Amino acid sequence: MSTAVIGHGSIYAGGLRSWLTTVDHKRIGVLYALTALFYLVVGGIEALVIRLQLAQAEAGIVGPDTFNQLFTMHGTTMVFLVLMPLAAAMFNFLIPLQIGARDVAFPRLNAFSYWTFLFGGLLLNASFLFGQAPDAGWFGYANLTSKQYSPGMGIDFWLLSLQVLGIASIASAVNFTTTILNMRAPGMSLMRMPLFTWMSFVTQVLMLLAFPAVTVGLIFLMFDRFFGTHFYMPSAGGTPILWQHLFWIFGHPEVYILILPSFGIVSDVLPTFARKPLFGRPFVIFSGIAIGFLGFGVWSHHMFATGMGPVADSAFSIGTFLIAIPTGVKIFNWIGTLWGGHIVFKTPLLFAVGMVALFIIGGLSGIMHGSPPIDIQQHDTYFVVAHLHYVFFGGTLFGLFAGIHYWWPKVTGRMLGEGLGKLSFWIMFIGMNLTFFPMHFLGLDGMPRRIYTYAADSGWETWNQVETIGAFVIAVAVLVFFVNAVRSLRAGEPASDDPWDAATLEWTMSSPPPEYNFARIPAVNSARPFWLHKYGPTRDTSTHVQDEGTPAQSPEPGERIDLPSPSFWPLIASLGLASAAAGALVGLWAVLLGVAVLVIGVFAWALQPLERPGHPIFGEGGR
Amino acid sequence: MTTDVHATSFGLPHRKLAMWVFIGSECMFFGSLIATYLAYEDRSLVGPTPAEILNIPLTSVSTFVLLMSSLAMVLFLDGVQRNARTTAVAWNAAVIGLGGLFLAGQAYEFRHFYHEGLTLQQNLFGATFFVLTGFHGAHVTVGVIWMTALLVLQVLGRLGPERSLDVEVAGLYWHFVDVVWIVIFTLVYLIQ
Repeated sequence: MSTAVIGHGSIYAGGLRSWLTTVDHKRIGVLYALTALFYLVVGGIEALVIRLQLAQAEAGIVGPDTFNQLFTMHGTTMVFLVLMPLAAAMFNFLIPLQIGARDVAFPRLNAFSYWTFLFGGLLLNASFLFGQAPDAGWFGYANLTSKQYSPGMGIDFWLLSLQVLGIASIASAVNFTTTILNMRAPGMSLMRMPLFTWMSFVTQVLMLLAFPAVTVGLIFLMFDRFFGTHFYMPSAGGTPILWQHLFWIFGHPEVYILILPSFGIVSDVLPTFARKPLFGRPFVIFSGIAIGFLGFGVWSHHMFATGMGPVADSAFSIGTFLIAIPTGVKIFNWIGTLWGGHIVFKTPLLFAVGMVALFIIGGLSGIMHGSPPIDIQQHDTYFVVAHLHYVFFGGTLFGLFAGIHYWWPKVTGRMLGEGLGKLSFWIMFIGMNLTFFPMHFLGLDGMPRRIYTYAADSGWETWNQVETIGAFVIAVAVLVFFVNAVRSLRAGEPASDDPWDAATLEWTMSSPPPEYNFARIPAVNSARPFWLHKYGPTRDTSTHVQDEGTPAQSPEPGERIDLPSPSFWPLIASLGLASAAAGALVGLWAVLLGVAVLVIGVFAWALQPLERPGHPIFGEGGR
Repeated sequence: MTTDVHATSFGLPHRKLAMWVFIGSECMFFGSLIATYLAYEDRSLVGPTPAEILNIPLTSVSTFVLLMSSLAMVLFLDGVQRNARTTAVAWNAAVIGLGGLFLAGQAYEFRHFYHEGLTLQQNLFGATFFVLTGFHGAHVTVGVIWMTALLVLQVLGRLGPERSLDVEVAGLYWHFVDVVWIVIFTLVYLIQ
């Protein structure tokens, strides 16, 4: 048994330099995953401190200022540095494999996206070093964020790092939209794409169209704070509501940016373990598109409490209820997929089913908020906190964990332990409900969000104690997962190419896949190409089958495949961009220095030849 | 990548498709800026107001200049595709010159408004106007730098017809920035 961290001496081999210059989508995916898991621990610790403070009435573990910083950093970290990049890790690793491509459309832009994300996250967390973490909530409502009410550097760190992270997301979305549209293997029509790729595609489009709104909102905030404009200041005729519109025009699609990748994962995992094709496949695809489309028309349901008037309230309320229809279609299709299947109870399936169950609870409380009178009743209470954690934790994170357990063998070449996997699932499932279900009760009883403590005679202490216990149970579950992961990497059972007997293209190649992915670009003639290859056309009703063709995976010895060359320049360009953003906290000279590095990086990148001369697949030429 | 010359499943070269996708994103960016300008149009508490200060004849000239730069852009691309090197260099220089002229007009306009008392901080009109037109000007500046880089490649003889996609993608960007200006000119200057 190899003791190397990742076995097979394969695509992951190589020193620091090879990682800093990598343009391989699989290695970049691994970098995204490791960074996001690190931030999961950071954001988790922030949550645990919050829960410790709230475990007792009138406790004094942290003061109100620190508490504000903690919930702001917890929210911002979990949304931008954990859930989105964990999904991005999977986009990176899986989309080219699922559509039969050698890499993404722009491998160096892909590296740029990762480094920019990394530096944006570091910039955000650097605020802790100055003792001035952002403290106005992850939604940063104006005019709490104004210089008058937030004179410190915290909000500056927040807005600058979010701009950097936004650039990373847009660059990545341009890249993956192009990849999915343009790099599908012959025969891989849009309707034959795996569901994970499909939902990721919808997610990319949402990112492209949603992020600019918050970028503009943050630009206004930056001008207000740095240059003395009055975009959000009522004293000069401005309105803080403008921020809320711009933020939620981004923020509501962002909710679907976070959940749709998990919908895709679940739609790939359930059929594999139910041993059946996905029930009502086109409906699942089109309902995903419908969710993305409707998601742009409902942002103001976050703003019922601002008093928009009955017409706007009604319109946004109706739009919100409409989203329940495509979401319900998906849920019934998932249940229909399991129905009558020969279900194999492995860890990925448990997480996927857990995701469906918990998301139903979060979705139902979401529909409650779609009604303005109910929303105003529950606004700013723990009921909303319960809702959003059932959606983001129960929905997004459980889906992502289903994906991690499902694709782990493909990424690492090792199996995760089933025993520890199931244990971590059950601990997490229990801990999650213990933490967040009582928040419904507390919220309906009137406990407000974002308060650092509460009166002893409020009657809220018991449920708060239960929630704190639950939070630590979740921490144990995450710990069990990490133990499982380390054990797997050190001495896990080697994974076969196709350990789950799955249907999609990524399982046709070795685990982990070779640097060039497909030696021969596969010809695809079904939505379940690998299944068709293995078992013939039985029960596959999605296409008229011509033959049983799938990828021939036998390259000739000495054959050469062109691959993009490694490059330092994306890293340099990211460094320049992040330095320019950080420089805004120092002075104009620092901004200009950063911009200069960015410009040099971009030009050197543009002029550097893209392709490494083809190297032999076999023999001494490989990296 | 070489896939630019191979068949792609969507039928467009990667970079061209990516530029269209990016332009979609940019539409939301300028859409948000323009929407804010319109929402705040009548909310300034003090002057100067748009009617007092905007100079339509002057801006009509700079709009014409920018439109002509798009014509030059088309001829620049045509020159590269036909391998007419001198023509292509001349039209690229024209794009750069007209873009620069537009920027000079904007600099003059900003300076003039500043002396008339319209600053970023003066009122909401000032803030929304300068940020909107300023970001458009920044896009033109990026375009001018891009075209200048292409000019250097031309002079070095590294921009033959086989690299015309480089020019086409830059041209898509240039035309988009031009179209955005037509929207801004109409909504900000003509319909007050």
